[in-house]
Amino acid sequence: MSNWTRACGTDDIDNEDVIPVAIDGHDYAVYRSPDDDYFATDGHCTHEAFLLAEGLVMDNIIECPKHNGRFDYTTGEGKGAPICEDLRTYPVKVEGGSVYIDLG
Amino acid sequence: MAATGNVERIVVVGTGECGARVARELRERGFAGAITMIGDEPHTTYERPPLSKSALISDEISPVEVLPVARLAEFDVELMSGTAVESLDRDRMLAVLSDGGEVPYDRLLLATGARARTLPIAGGEFALTLRTIDDARALRAQLGPGRSVTVIGAGLIGLEVAASARQLGCDVTVLEVAPRALGRALPAEMADVLVKRHAEEGVEVLCGVLPTGISRLDGGLAVGVEGFDQPITADVVIAGIGVTPNVELAQAAGLRCENGIAVNDRLRTDDPAIFAAGDCCSFPHPLYGGRRIRLESWRNAHDQAAVAAANMLDGDEQHAAVPWFWSDQYDLGLQHAGLADEAASAVVRDSGNGSQIRFALALDGRLVAASGVGPGTSTAKDIRVAEMLIAAGNRPDPEVVADASVPLKELIKS
Repeated sequence: MSNWTRACGTDDIDNEDVIPVAIDGHDYAVYRSPDDDYFATDGHCTHEAFLLAEGLVMDNIIECPKHNGRFDYTTGEGKGAPICEDLRTYPVKVEGGSVYIDLG
Repeated sequence: MAATGNVERIVVVGTGECGARVARELRERGFAGAITMIGDEPHTTYERPPLSKSALISDEISPVEVLPVARLAEFDVELMSGTAVESLDRDRMLAVLSDGGEVPYDRLLLATGARARTLPIAGGEFALTLRTIDDARALRAQLGPGRSVTVIGAGLIGLEVAASARQLGCDVTVLEVAPRALGRALPAEMADVLVKRHAEEGVEVLCGVLPTGISRLDGGLAVGVEGFDQPITADVVIAGIGVTPNVELAQAAGLRCENGIAVNDRLRTDDPAIFAAGDCCSFPHPLYGGRRIRLESWRNAHDQAAVAAANMLDGDEQHAAVPWFWSDQYDLGLQHAGLADEAASAVVRDSGNGSQIRFALALDGRLVAASGVGPGTSTAKDIRVAEMLIAAGNRPDPEVVADASVPLKELIKS
């Protein structure tokens, strides 16, 4: 069952960057890729739960701001140590200048 | 003694961050032979950084595993914890254990780490030190509301312990023999930000004071200080005065040691079958003129593990990672990249909301170091960019660096 929820405006995120979004007490990270596509993942790193949105986005990679653990934010795939668990991703759609996340 | 191309058995001495990371890296690089990790701590692999920070303020210290036990099994790594390697037989290529057992190797990694220095003064044994999870548990048991704590050493560990003890309600005093705090780790201006924060929390950091001895007094401890009429009394005394690299095993095996087990930029010792990585080794750093350095940080252990793993499998990777460390004190996060000793000028970027970064430039304009301090991980993005600029030998425009309205990331692209 889908549960589309507005996360932010498309202009709230710079190109190749990420912002934190909290919805109903849950932290998400919402990304804008270099190609202006939007993606969403859980907000916390799977390693030691730091907020990912203060990390650096390069291409399709988000780096945890604490220990440099890397994920492909388009798939959630962890890219080596110290990451042991992939990151949960969420479907995203853009409508009328807003980014929506399917919280499922 | 010479290494052969056929690597089937790899022994890792040390079960800390570096050792565990090597084991994982070897498997991720497709190594299918035997991996044996041997370490004298009676625990599975765990991360040390939380022990002075988040773990120390929790009620019960539970380990953050570097490689969860299930992963160790999945990677088919044999973990021999609580086992000391007594000596190396380099001719027969054997690690000889304290119980007399012998483990053959084709390649061996020394990731023996370092141990906390003890105070070289009378009664120095009364001061606790912090390196292992057992140390942290012993220290935690001594901390609580109203307990008085004297920390000797205003380096990173000392100040982190001071902050944690304060957060647990202790009355904390920090004594530093040098003229200022964090002299080895940070520029004075950044150290001041942290020391000021300690003062706001009610922690006194006294610099330029020399402890002369510790004695028991009325169920507590008394720290004698040169020039003080009265000793400083405390329930708990903790020494955070640096570490000594664990080189004895290498030394006894005839391997060269220079402020650590000496390796080349491939992390190989003079014995082609033996490598060293992490806190225990000294290595020439290509980014800093090939100068031999030794680093004591989580990230270095991590980065060197990847290089050592590659080269033990007959790769040819150079270790050239930019030195990087972090610290957490109260809600402040510090991140630092690079080595500042070539610094000729500094540029400050004030990011607002209490965050600032100090960039150190060499005479030729190269960025050589950057330190950021602010709430949590607020400076992380910029320090990560700085790290890339340092690695690239970039000479950034100081005006752009100082202008917080321009994303630092633009400099990578320009």
